Amino acid sequence: MDTTHTTLLVIGAGPGGYVAAIRAAQLGIATTLVEGSHLGGSCLNIGCIPSKALIHAAGALHQARHFMGDHTLGIHVDAAHIDIAQTVRWKDGIVARLTGGVGALLRKHGVKVVKGWAQIVDGKTVDVTPGTPDAQPLRIQGEHLLLATGSLALGLPGMPFGGRVVSSTEALSPATIPGRLVVVGAGYIGLELGLVYRKLGCDVSVVEAQDRILPLYDDELTRPVAASLRRLGVQVHLGCSVQGLNGAGDAVRLRDGAGRESELAADQVLVAIGRAPHTHGWGLEKLMLDMQGRALKVDDQCRTSMRNVWAIGDITGEPMLAHRAMAQGEMVAEIISGKRRHFMPLAIAAVCFTDPEVVVAGLAPGDAAKAGLDCISAHFPLAANGRAMTLEANEGFVRVVARRDNHRIVGWQAVGVGVSELASAFSQSIEMGACLEDVAGTIHAHPTLGEAVQEAALRALGHALHV
Amino acid sequence: MGIHVIKMPDIGEGIAEVELVAWHVQVGDTVAEDQILADVMTDKATVEIPSPVAGTVLALGGVVGQVVAVGAEVIRIEVQGAGNLKAGSPEGARAAAAASSAAPAAVQPGMPAVAIPATASAPAAAMEVPGVAAPAGAPAAMPSAQTHRAAPRALVRAPGDKPMASPAVRRQAWDMGVELQFVPGTGPAGRITHDDLQAYAARATQAQPTSGAGLRYAPRLDEETVPVIGLRRKIAQKMQEAKRRIPHFTYVEEVDMTELELLRARLNAQHGTARGRLTVLPFLVRAVVLALRVHPGINARYDDEAAVLTRFGAVHLGVAAQTDAGLMVPVVRHAETLDLWACATEIARLAAAARSGKATRDELTGSTITITSLGALGGIVSTPVINHPEVAIVGINRMVERPMMRNGAVVARQMMNLSSSFDHRVVDGLHAAEFVQLVRGYLECPATLFVE
Repeated sequence: MDTTHTTLLVIGAGPGGYVAAIRAAQLGIATTLVEGSHLGGSCLNIGCIPSKALIHAAGALHQARHFMGDHTLGIHVDAAHIDIAQTVRWKDGIVARLTGGVGALLRKHGVKVVKGWAQIVDGKTVDVTPGTPDAQPLRIQGEHLLLATGSLALGLPGMPFGGRVVSSTEALSPATIPGRLVVVGAGYIGLELGLVYRKLGCDVSVVEAQDRILPLYDDELTRPVAASLRRLGVQVHLGCSVQGLNGAGDAVRLRDGAGRESELAADQVLVAIGRAPHTHGWGLEKLMLDMQGRALKVDDQCRTSMRNVWAIGDITGEPMLAHRAMAQGEMVAEIISGKRRHFMPLAIAAVCFTDPEVVVAGLAPGDAAKAGLDCISAHFPLAANGRAMTLEANEGFVRVVARRDNHRIVGWQAVGVGVSELASAFSQSIEMGACLEDVAGTIHAHPTLGEAVQEAALRALGHALHV
Repeated sequence: MGIHVIKMPDIGEGIAEVELVAWHVQVGDTVAEDQILADVMTDKATVEIPSPVAGTVLALGGVVGQVVAVGAEVIRIEVQGAGNLKAGSPEGARAAAAASSAAPAAVQPGMPAVAIPATASAPAAAMEVPGVAAPAGAPAAMPSAQTHRAAPRALVRAPGDKPMASPAVRRQAWDMGVELQFVPGTGPAGRITHDDLQAYAARATQAQPTSGAGLRYAPRLDEETVPVIGLRRKIAQKMQEAKRRIPHFTYVEEVDMTELELLRARLNAQHGTARGRLTVLPFLVRAVVLALRVHPGINARYDDEAAVLTRFGAVHLGVAAQTDAGLMVPVVRHAETLDLWACATEIARLAAAARSGKATRDELTGSTITITSLGALGGIVSTPVINHPEVAIVGINRMVERPMMRNGAVVARQMMNLSSSFDHRVVDGLHAAEFVQLVRGYLECPATLFVE
C-alpha cells in the first residue's frame, strides 16, 4: 500500500472539515482531506441547504394554493400544481453548485482531497479505502489528525430505518408525495420537514414524547409555531411514545401518557428524533479517546485526549450546528499554524426554519434565571412592526434578555416570518458585549423587521416608542 | 473662577528647554499652593515645579518624556477669583468651555495679561508646545490624560463573572498571551476595550510573573517598551557623545597594594572611630592629584570644536556613582585641598546626595577628571568611557591577594589593576603610561603620597 505524508489530515469534508482544510492551506500547512461521500457533508447534501430549498418550494406552492380562494391581496390563482421530481432536481442543482464550489475552493487553496472512506490505524495514520473500485487503497500519515466525521440520524430501536421508515436524508429527496406522513419527533428537523410535506399536500401527524413541540425552546417562543401547525392542519400528538409499526406495517402504534394505545395510519414514517455523533465504523475506538456521552470530549481548543488529534463539529456533541463546526475548524487550523486561539463564543445562534421561523442566541430568560443572573427581558411584537404587516407576517415577536445591573445583553430570541436573518444582529451584539443602550441608540433602518430589535431594547429600558 | 496658566520657568544657565520627567498631578486633581506639580530635568539636575496657586488641574501641557521649551505652557489650573489668563483670548474661551464654568474669567483692570506665544494662539494648538519638535503623538496628550483618569473607574467583576471583550479584543489577547480574566474593563458594563488590554499589557510587563514550576520553561512572548527618558536619556546621549567624539586609548596596569593596605588598616584602626573609615578611594585621589602635577595635560577639558584644550590647576574630581535612576557623576571640588579624611567625607556626602536626588547642579558639573570604581565587582579589566569633554578617566578593578614573585620567592601580595582611558587626540600613549606609572608608584609606596 502506498503511504503519503502530510501535516494536517482531515477526516470528513463537512462544513467543519472543509473550512479547517481551507484555512490550514491558507496558513501554509500541507493538508489532506479525506471524504468518502460528497464534499460539503450533511449540511450541504442532506441537511441545511436541501431542506431550505424544499421549504422555499413548499412555501411557494402553499402561497399559490392560498391564492386559489378569495384573498385580501386581490390575487387569484386558478390552479397550482407541483412536479415534485422537478423540484428535487432543482434542489439537487443547488446542492451540486454548492458542493462543486467547495471542491473549487479546496483546489484553489491547494488542499489535497482524497476520495474514500477513512479507517484509523493510529493517531497519525489513516488507511483510505477508495470509493471507486479501480483505485488503489492508500495509507496517509499526518502530523495532526482532525476528526470531523459529523453525525448520523438516530433511528428508533423498535422501528429501524427501511421501507416506509425513513430519515431526513430520504425525506429530502422524495420521488412522490406520500398521502399520510407520520413524523416522529417535534424537534426542528421534524417540524421543518413536517411543514414541508403538509404544504406539499400531505396529511401530516407529528408525534412527540415530550409534552410540547420544540422542547429546547420556551413556551412563549413556540406558541406561534404551534398555532401555525394547527392552522395548517398538522396533527400534533404530544406526550406519546412510538411503539413501532403495526403488524401490517402501514400504521404507527402510539402509547399516550395514560397508557392508551392507538394507531396512526402512515404511508411514510419520518424518524427525526435527533442526531448522534458519528463515532463508529471507522476505527475511532482504537484511539481510545475520552468521551463525553456519545460525543468526543474536547477542550476549548478542540483537542481530544490524544496529542495532535483534534475534533470539531457534530462529533463533539451539541450544539450540532454547521456554523459552530466552521468556527472550530478555522480555529484548529490557526492553532496548528502556531497561533493562540480558543473556542469561547459568547453565543452561537440557532435557527429553526419552521413557519414561522424561530431564532435564538445566548440565554433565554429561563436560562438566565438558572444561571443565577438577575436579568430583565422585554419583547416587541411584530404586530407593531410596519414591515411585518406588509409581509402579512405580523405574528411573533423579538425578545431581549439583559442583565439588570449593567444592561449587558445576554440573549435574544425571536419568532416570526423571516426572523432568521436577525441572527447576525443578535450574535454580534452579544459578542461585542453590547448594552441595551447600545442597541437602543443605534438607528435601525425603516421599514425593516430589524426595527423590532431596537424596539425590544428600548422596551427593556422602559421607553419603547411603538408599543 | 479663573484660569491660571503656569509656564515653564527659566531655570537659568542659558537652558532653552527641559524634559518633563514626571507629573505629580492629573487632570481633575485639586492642588494646594506650593504643591509639587511636575519634575523637569535640565542638563543633569532634576527641578521640581511647584504650584503658585490653589485650584483644580484643567489640563497638562505635555506627556512625560516630552521636551518642553522654557516659557511654554506647563499646566492650567482653575482657581478661585481671576486667573492669569485673559478671558478674551482664544485659549481663555476654550479653557472656560472645557471647565464648563458658566462665569467667564473676570479680568480685573490692571492685572497683567500674560502674553501667549503667537504660535500657540491658534485654538486647536492651544496645548501644544510651541517651537518644539513635538512627537507625532503630542496632540494625544489630552486624551491620554483622560485615559489615566478613567483607569480607576474600571469595574471589578463579581466572582464567577466572565470577562467581557469583543472577538477582536479576545483574539488580540490570545496573540499577546494575556488572560482576559485579569484585565480590568473600563467599557460599558465592564467591557474590556483594546485600550484596557494595552494598558494591562504595559503594566503586566513591569511586574514579573510569580514563580511556579509550570512557568519556569513557559514560552515568553511579552515585550516591554521602555521609553528612554530623563536621566537615562542624558546618560545615553553623553555616552554616545563620548564614544563618537573621543578615540579612546585604554591602558591597564597592575598595582601592588600590599603596603597601602597595611597603612590603611593601621589608619582605620587608629582613627576609624573618630574620623571615619577610609576606603582605597581617598588614597587614589591623592595619588592622582600628585601625578597630575607632573601631567597637567591630563587634568583638562578639550573643546574639540573650538580646538582648545583647557588645563586646570584645580583638580575637580568626578566620582562615578550608581543611583536608582542610573549613572551619575558628582564632583569633588578642589580635591588637591583635601586630606584623606576630608576627601572620604566629601565623596560619601556627594554619593548620598546623588542617590537621594538631592545633588545640586553645581555638585554634578565641572569635573576635570573622573574616577570610576565598581568596588567588589571591579573585575580584572574595564574600558572606562571618558566623561566628555574631559580627557581621562581612571578605573579601579578588584583588589585580590595573588601569588607574586618577589626577590626570587613567591609571596602573597594584594594586587589591584587600574584601567584608565585617555583621549588619544590630546594625550599621547607615552604620557598616559607615565601618568599611570606615577600613580602606581605613589600607591605602591604610600609614604610618598605625603612627602612633598
